[in-house]
Amino acid sequence: MTLRRISIIATICLFGVGLLINPAQAFKGTYKVGAVFSVTGRTSFLGDPEKKTAEMIAEQINNAGGINGHKLELIIYDSEGDATKCNLAVKKLIIKDKVCAVIGPSLSGTSLAVLPVAEKNKTPLISCAASYKIVHNEKTGKPYKWVFKTPQTDTMAVEAIYSHLFKRGLNKIAIISVTSGFGASGRGELIRLAPTYGMTIVADEKYGPKDTDMTAQLTKIKGKTPQVIVNWSVGPTQVTVLRNWRDLGMSSIPFYQSHGFGSRKNIELAAGAAEGILCPLGSCNIAGLLSASHPQKDVTMKYSKDYKAKYNESLSSFGGHAWDALQMVVQALSNVGDDKAKIRDYLENNIKDFVGQHGVFNYSSNDHNGLSKDAFNMVVVKDGDWFLAD
Amino acid sequence: MEKITLASQLLQYLITGLTVGSVYAMVAVGFNIIYNVTEIINFAQGEFVMLGGLIMVFFHVAVGLPLILAFPATVILVTLVGMLLDRLAIRPIRRPSVLTLIIATIAASILIKGAAMFIWGKDPYDLPAFSGRNPITFLGAVIQPQYFWVIGFLVITAIALSIFFDRTIIGKAMSACADNADAASLVGINVKQMILLSFALSAGIGAVAGITVTPISLMEYDRGVMLAIKGFGAAILGGLGSFPGAILGGLIIGSIESFGAGLISSGYKDAFALLVLMAVLFFKPSGIFGDIEISKIKRF
Amino acid sequence: MLRIAKLPIAIFALFIIIFPWIARQIPAIEHYTDIMVFAGIYCLITIGLSLLMGYTGQISIGHAAFYGIGAYVSAILTVRYGLNPWACMCIGMAVTAAVALLVGAPSLKLKGHYLAMATLAFGIIIFIIFNEETEWTGGPDGMAGIPGLSIFGFDLDSVEKYFYLVWGFVLAAFVFTVNVIQSGTGRALRAIHASEPASSAMGVDVFRFKIMIFVYSAVLASLAGSLYAHYLNFVNPSTFDLFFSIKLLIMIALGGMHNIWGAVIGAGLITFLSYEWLHYFEEFDVIVYGAILLLVTIFLPNGLVGVPGIVKGWFRR
Repeated sequence: MTLRRISIIATICLFGVGLLINPAQAFKGTYKVGAVFSVTGRTSFLGDPEKKTAEMIAEQINNAGGINGHKLELIIYDSEGDATKCNLAVKKLIIKDKVCAVIGPSLSGTSLAVLPVAEKNKTPLISCAASYKIVHNEKTGKPYKWVFKTPQTDTMAVEAIYSHLFKRGLNKIAIISVTSGFGASGRGELIRLAPTYGMTIVADEKYGPKDTDMTAQLTKIKGKTPQVIVNWSVGPTQVTVLRNWRDLGMSSIPFYQSHGFGSRKNIELAAGAAEGILCPLGSCNIAGLLSASHPQKDVTMKYSKDYKAKYNESLSSFGGHAWDALQMVVQALSNVGDDKAKIRDYLENNIKDFVGQHGVFNYSSNDHNGLSKDAFNMVVVKDGDWFLAD
Repeated sequence: MEKITLASQLLQYLITGLTVGSVYAMVAVGFNIIYNVTEIINFAQGEFVMLGGLIMVFFHVAVGLPLILAFPATVILVTLVGMLLDRLAIRPIRRPSVLTLIIATIAASILIKGAAMFIWGKDPYDLPAFSGRNPITFLGAVIQPQYFWVIGFLVITAIALSIFFDRTIIGKAMSACADNADAASLVGINVKQMILLSFALSAGIGAVAGITVTPISLMEYDRGVMLAIKGFGAAILGGLGSFPGAILGGLIIGSIESFGAGLISSGYKDAFALLVLMAVLFFKPSGIFGDIEISKIKRF
Repeated sequence: MLRIAKLPIAIFALFIIIFPWIARQIPAIEHYTDIMVFAGIYCLITIGLSLLMGYTGQISIGHAAFYGIGAYVSAILTVRYGLNPWACMCIGMAVTAAVALLVGAPSLKLKGHYLAMATLAFGIIIFIIFNEETEWTGGPDGMAGIPGLSIFGFDLDSVEKYFYLVWGFVLAAFVFTVNVIQSGTGRALRAIHASEPASSAMGVDVFRFKIMIFVYSAVLASLAGSLYAHYLNFVNPSTFDLFFSIKLLIMIALGGMHNIWGAVIGAGLITFLSYEWLHYFEEFDVIVYGAILLLVTIFLPNGLVGVPGIVKGWFRR
């Protein structure tokens, strides 16, 4: 062995020893929490900010000495938005990694795919997806025992939009939605709730998540002369729709977006076409606009500042869902430790007036979502920024 | 706002269909160039389009090069990627069968997509329209100025290619490889170089498609696959290997999507285009302009 | 390729029998049994597809659709009509056979890339139907609440029990397929692969054989789909998209197309790569996946089953 090789090996050994004897903090033990997000793949715009948010929170907690002296170990798997992969990942978290709770998945579809796993293995799971079906067992009419969720349901977003339209006296609407889970679920709620708010749907158009141009759909809508257009989608195509809407000279028809529009990036990408667009947003998107007395003012301001500082990008509303889910688990851990059943009971009974990014949560045995309609604020885009709509 | 007449609506569907179809047509032409020389269907064709859009954004928006410089720079860079694809993924395969070549191009497509995700992230990028965003109204239909660029570049590509294949020695040599590679190599044509050239050309055309469509649709790392499928559909519909076929196929698929969405059901618009494609194949198994000889038995 | 020895099949069967026990002994691979269930489900599809592609020389980029039809028939009939899961499985296979016959009859007259496009188009159309017919299929969010399977009142509710069920089907399908290959049908198939005109001149009803194998492979995919639906208790359209059809092609190419063992090895390897091993590369997984695929196509043109031949070649040198 040459001298050089010996010195290299010695250096490696020294570093190894250094790592062993120099832990940043001495912890009493670890609390293992699992997470499954669609970090890559077609729905990465959901999972990516969720993962970043969860990692940021775990780091903050551990730097501050952990949870009652226990280290928070976060194990994150990427589901790629795939139901099979997600199902396997949750089982692996529970069986192999022995986590005490799971946060995620990011999509309604993947959440429904892992719901039986959480129930069967008696592990609390807090989904970050929209559909009310995740926390509503159609057979019993009650929530599933072990499954909770943080995001507002589509029903709430639709109610916020319809209330706003009702106030403006507009009732002839055209729906345009993307053919993904998010779009289809929002479209379903728009149609279901229309009679309640006296809305007439004159057009119901769709487009694919990777389509190039939506001029044809908008032209058809134009022919039906609606008073309002409501678009339900996430991802880049919702920006293309906006541009087509403006280019077709349809700006005189008010345009409502879903809460999927909740990223400043979309306003930039719309290149001016987003002016005057209305959408319902959770508080975390508009922290700066909230009045100082708003209950969520402090938490949302802190989150948006921390996120910007750590990742140098503005936050999207989806990260906030992971924030809510993980912080609830953390609160449960600090009160009852890492017993799965105790965490579940704590979530159901003790998450009261929990101030999160997307609202003030009140879980109960009948409500595993815990939000009310006013979790959404109607927001309008003016001069390239959000403003509260009247 | 005044009500739009049915005639204007139909005109609008046609304009949109032709524009979107032009993009498919350019992808289809790219498929054909490589297919003609090698009989390979290059499933990474859509990635050239994606790279064209994103590299253009880099040169034009991030670096700030003027359009006139950024455009050729992008095309050259993507062309190099195309040549690398041939050198690194296609040529090393020792006993190529059609399936191994398909898998190799799929693997390359996965690699390029992954690399693009690392370079640009997952967010979509915007490119300013070449001549502003003020739409032109024509008989009640609205035309974005960028539409002219897309359709215009398809026309330029078609003319340039037909001159290249009919009038230049290299073009004729490539056509010879397409007819019979063994015979071509006997008369002294370097078949390997022709294959390399076909990848370069095809990548360049893909880049042009990507550059021109990005101001309309934005561009992000995983858009290539869908464009590749539509382009493949167009190439097959027109008849593999036929350039007029590819262009016609692209325009037909784009129009069916647009009219299908406007007149019947926007949810099923992609299905209509594919149903028409299948129906055409069942009646004419080699596509509209396809030669039955070209569709000779392939082994997998 | 001609004769498939009995000994490897016996070793394979033994491996399957002891696999869950081995996994239980080693905590680090405890969850592998779960992954193996999916590997088995994919194996069922690739065995049929390998027969179609490797032995008959016909390509299909639409088998995800047959897989999906099986899964959705099972899902819809059990959830909406409360029928017996086993009956649904059989109905699913019958429906799939009918669809395969309907699509296969005109498609299999096409050649090469045209056949590839026709099957690809068919796959995408079925995928769009799964997405759009929300009242039946639940739309993009999918359908939950699909019941599990049970035999004679004995619930197949654990991972291990389901493992044996799935791999039991795989072994049966494997042995049956091997018998097909070694029978007169198999000789006819290979003749078709070698030369269609010649075999048709020799009196082989080329078209009938192609259709038969196409339907057989579709039915196996449908069975796999039903098994998937009852295992996950959930189906959604994106499981049956174009990318899954391509993944099946990759499995077959990676394993080795001209050997039925290739289908098994390819399915197993890709399943473990994409569901487990690539996880260690975090976000680099796509790149590593692409690189592995490319290297295998370049250096192992006959897939992984070609490795022993290559090694033998080295020793002879």
